[in-house]
Amino acid sequence: MATATHLTTEKEARAHPPLEAVVVRFAGDSGDGMQLTGGQFTLSTALAGNDLATFPDFPAEIRAPQGTTFGVSAFQINFGSSAIDTAGDQPDVLVAMNPAALKMNATALREGGLIIADEGEFTPRNLAKAGYDANPLEDGSLAKWQLVHFNISQLTLDAVKPFGLGNKEALRCKNMWTLGLALWMFDRDRQPIVDWLNSKFAKKPELAEANIAALNAGHAYGETVEIGAHVHQRHIAPAPAEPGLYRTVTGAESLSLGIIAGAQLAGLPMFFGSYPITPASPILHHLSRLKEYDITTFQAEDEIAAICAALGASYAGHLGVTSSSGPGIALKGEAMGLAVMTELPLVIINSQRGGPSTGLPTKTEQSDLYQAVYGRNGDAPLPVIAARSPADAFDCGIEAVRIATRYMTPVMLLTDGYIANAAEPWKVPDMANYKPFPVKFAEGSALEPDNDEVMPYQRNADLARPWIKPGTPGLEHRIGGIEKNPGTGNIDYSAEAHAEMTRLRAAKVASVADSICDQGVCIGNDSGKLAVVGWGSTFGPIHQAVRRARARGLDVSHIHIRYIAPFPKNLAVLLKGFERIIVPEMNSGQLKTLLRDQFLVDARPVNKVSGQPFTIAEIETAIEGALA
Amino acid sequence: MNEVAKITTAKDWASDQEVRWCPGCGDYAVLKAVQRTMPDLGTAREKTVFISGIGCSSRFPYYMASYGFHTIHGRACAVATGTKLANPELDVWIITGDGDALSIGGNHTMHLLRRNLDCQLLLFNNEIYGLTKGQYSPTSRIGTRSPSTPFGSVDRPANPCAFALGSGARFVARGIDVHKNLVDVLKAAHAHRGSSFVEIYQNCVVYNDDVFASFTDKGVAAEKQLWLVAGEKMLFAGGSKGLALDMDRHMLKVVEGDSDEVLVHDPRNRAVAHMLAEMPAASFPVALGVLYEDPAPTFDSAVLVQNEAASKGKTADLQALVSKGQTWMVEKEPRPE
Repeated sequence: MATATHLTTEKEARAHPPLEAVVVRFAGDSGDGMQLTGGQFTLSTALAGNDLATFPDFPAEIRAPQGTTFGVSAFQINFGSSAIDTAGDQPDVLVAMNPAALKMNATALREGGLIIADEGEFTPRNLAKAGYDANPLEDGSLAKWQLVHFNISQLTLDAVKPFGLGNKEALRCKNMWTLGLALWMFDRDRQPIVDWLNSKFAKKPELAEANIAALNAGHAYGETVEIGAHVHQRHIAPAPAEPGLYRTVTGAESLSLGIIAGAQLAGLPMFFGSYPITPASPILHHLSRLKEYDITTFQAEDEIAAICAALGASYAGHLGVTSSSGPGIALKGEAMGLAVMTELPLVIINSQRGGPSTGLPTKTEQSDLYQAVYGRNGDAPLPVIAARSPADAFDCGIEAVRIATRYMTPVMLLTDGYIANAAEPWKVPDMANYKPFPVKFAEGSALEPDNDEVMPYQRNADLARPWIKPGTPGLEHRIGGIEKNPGTGNIDYSAEAHAEMTRLRAAKVASVADSICDQGVCIGNDSGKLAVVGWGSTFGPIHQAVRRARARGLDVSHIHIRYIAPFPKNLAVLLKGFERIIVPEMNSGQLKTLLRDQFLVDARPVNKVSGQPFTIAEIETAIEGALA
Repeated sequence: MNEVAKITTAKDWASDQEVRWCPGCGDYAVLKAVQRTMPDLGTAREKTVFISGIGCSSRFPYYMASYGFHTIHGRACAVATGTKLANPELDVWIITGDGDALSIGGNHTMHLLRRNLDCQLLLFNNEIYGLTKGQYSPTSRIGTRSPSTPFGSVDRPANPCAFALGSGARFVARGIDVHKNLVDVLKAAHAHRGSSFVEIYQNCVVYNDDVFASFTDKGVAAEKQLWLVAGEKMLFAGGSKGLALDMDRHMLKVVEGDSDEVLVHDPRNRAVAHMLAEMPAASFPVALGVLYEDPAPTFDSAVLVQNEAASKGKTADLQALVSKGQTWMVEKEPRPE
C-alpha cells in the first residue's frame, strides 16, 4: 500500500486500472506452504522495487483434511509500477496446487486470466474430494481463462532426487518449485530466496539444498521449456517512491515496533500481558523476543489475567499493554473499566476478526467499533484510535502510548486481521524525527501543601492525575474501582463526588482532541458533493476507488479517520461541507452510527461482512450510487 | 528492601480511613493482626502493597497505611502478578475471600500458586458471601441454607488448602481470625520466598455466625485444634492425643497419648500435608499453622533472570530495530518524466 511513501501523479491516477500492475494468487492445501511461498514472493517483489499489497487468506483449521475445499490456503499479492492500495480485486494469475484450490479460487480470476495448475494432484481421488465430476483441466470448463498445467509434483520429485529425501519430504519442496517459476515469470533475482533457504535450514543443509534445487528447477522450467503461448516473462518496473531505506512489514510487526518506540519515547519499561488468540498472537511473538528493549512479556492464564496483570504493571510504573481480538476484548471489559476508574495508562490492542462469538477467527472484519467505544459498564469513556494499514500501525502504536501516558488513561488501539497479516513496503522511519515524551512520576509534589495529604486525583491542565509508583516514600495511598473523592481518591459514594468524577473522566478523554491533529482529506476537496468516510483497513480500496472516480471527473473526497474517540475537533465542520456522506465499513454500520450521533449528519452505510476486504469496484459502485 | 526501614509500630500501619465492617466481624481481628505483624517484618510502608479483589475482606487495603489497590472481583492475583513482575522490590500482599479466590477468581489463584509469584495470599474464609448479603459460597458446607439456597446447598465445598496444594503451592498455612497464633503464621508466610498461601478462618457475624465454633469455641479449642510446629510431634488436646500414620490404610489416625508412633511435623512432606489439609472434621482436629513449606524458585526471579540473560550483550537501538530485516534502498525517484 502506498501510504505516504509513494507519490502518485495525476496521470497514474487516471490510469484505470494502474498501468502496470499484476495480481497473483497462490492457492493450495493448507499443508502446501502457500503462505511461505507468498511471503517470499512478496520479499522478492519488494526488493524489485514494486509497490505491493498482500492478502493472506487461510483456514481456521491448522491442517484440515488434505485435498478438501475447506483446507485451501491462499495468498494474494498485487504489485505494480505505480501506487498499489489493495491486494487487488481480481487475480490475473492463479497458481492452483490441487483441484480444491482451483475450485475455491477460479471464479475470482479475471476473465482471460491465467491458471497454472499442478496436474499431478488432479487424481480421481482429489477431484472427488473437491467435488469435480470430471477433470476440469481436460473437459473445457475453464475455457474463459488461459490454462497451463504440468506435473509440478513429478517435476519437483525429479529435481530433488539427488538429495535422497523421502517422498513426503521431497513433495514439500513443491512450493519452492512453484516460487521458482513465479520468479522467472516476473524476472526476479533468486539470490535473496536462496540466502533465506540457507539460513532457514542452516541445521539441515540437505533440506536447504533440496529446496534450492526445486527453486532453480522451477525457474529453469520457465526459461527453457515451451510452456505455451500464455506464459511469458514480464518485467514490472519499480514503482515511484521517495528515496530512502525500505523494508516490508506486516501490521503485527509494525504495531509491535510502534509500541516499543512509544515506550522508549516515554522512557518506560513495557509490560505486555496477553493470551494467545488469532489473529493477535503475532504481536506477543514479536515482543517476546525483544527483551533488551526493557520488555517483559507475560502469557497469562486467560484474557482477564492478561489485562489485569498489565494494569498491575502500569500501577507499578511500567507501560502496561494487552492485546487480543474481539472475544478476548469482551472478557477484558471489566478490567478496562477499572483502568478508567483508577486512571492508569494502559494500551489495549484489538486485532479485529469476524464476530460475534468465535465468528470467523482467521477472517477480517471491523465490527468491534461499538465494543471499543461503548463496550464497558457505566460511563467509561476511553480514547480509541485505529490503524489504516501495516505501515500506519507504527505511528498509531506510538500515538496510543503518548495518549495513554499523557492523559493517564487506557487507550484502545484498533487493527484487524487483514492489517495484521498483510505486508507492504515501509519506508524505514528516522527515529530522530520522533519527539520523546518522557513520563514524570510523582514525588513529593502530589502532597497537598497545607496538610501533607496525598492527592492522587489532583489534576493537571490536561485533567490527568499524577502517576505515583508504589515504592515512592511519603505518597502511600489507596486506589480502587469504587467511586472516589475527586482529590484524595478516598472512597466517596456521594452524589456530588460521582457526578463530578463522571464529568472529569469524560472531560479528560474529550480533551485528548486538543493534542491530535486536525482531520485532513486524503484526496479531493475539503467540501463538495460526496465524502467517502472510512476508518481502519478499508483505506486501500476507498483510496483507489476515490482516485479513480475523481479521474473520471466525479466530485468525491476521501476522509479517513484515525482518531475515533474523541474525533478531531474540525471533523464536524469538515463533514458538513459535503452534500452527501457514505461510510464503507466491514460491519453493519458502526462508524456511521457514531457520525450520526455526534454530528447529526446523514451518513449512509456501505457494508460488507463476508470476511473479505472490500474490492475497489465495490466502493466505486457505491460512489456512483451515492452521486446518482 | 535494600535500605533499613524505619522502625514502625502497629499504629503507623493504620490508615486514616474509617473501618467499615460490621461490628464483631472477624476482619477486624485479622486487620489488627496484620498491623501488629508489619513492624516486625522490617519492610518499609512505601515498599508494601496490599492488593485485593472484591468482597468484605477486599476492603482491607483501604485500612493499611501502605500502598493499596482494591481491584475487581477475583482478579487480585492477576493484578498482583503484573505489579510484582514490574517491581520485584515490592512486598506484595493479596487479600481475598472464599468467593473471590475460589469461585470467580479460582483460575487466577491456581496460576499464581503454580507460578510461585513471591507474595503473601491471605484468604479470608467465612464460608459465605457477605457483601452480596448471604448467599452460599464455594466453601459452604452441603446443606447451607441461604437466600439462593433456601432448601440447602447441594454441591460439595472446596477445601482451600487442598486446592492450594493441588495447584502446586510451596507454602500452605492456616490460621484463625481471633487466635493469637495468627501473627506467627503471617510472619512465617512473609519469611517464605514464593507464593505463601494462608487460609484464615474468619467469622461472619451476620450471615454465618459461629460456623467454625465446632473448633474455635473455647471449650473445644484444645481438643479440635492441632497447631503444627516444624520438627515437633503432632500433639493436641493438651498433649494427650496425637496424629499417627495408619500404615494399613495409608491415612492419618488419632492416637491416645504421646508415643513414638506420633508423627513429627516435616513441612516438606507434601503427602502428609495433603492428609493434614483434608482431615474429616468429625473425627479429627483441624490442622493449623504451617501445613506445608518447601521453597522453590519464584516466578518473578525466573522472569528477571531470563529477561537479563536474553538482553545480555544487546543494546536497545530503536533505529536499528526498525531497520531490521531485508531492506532495500531507493536512491532517487525512479519516476519517468
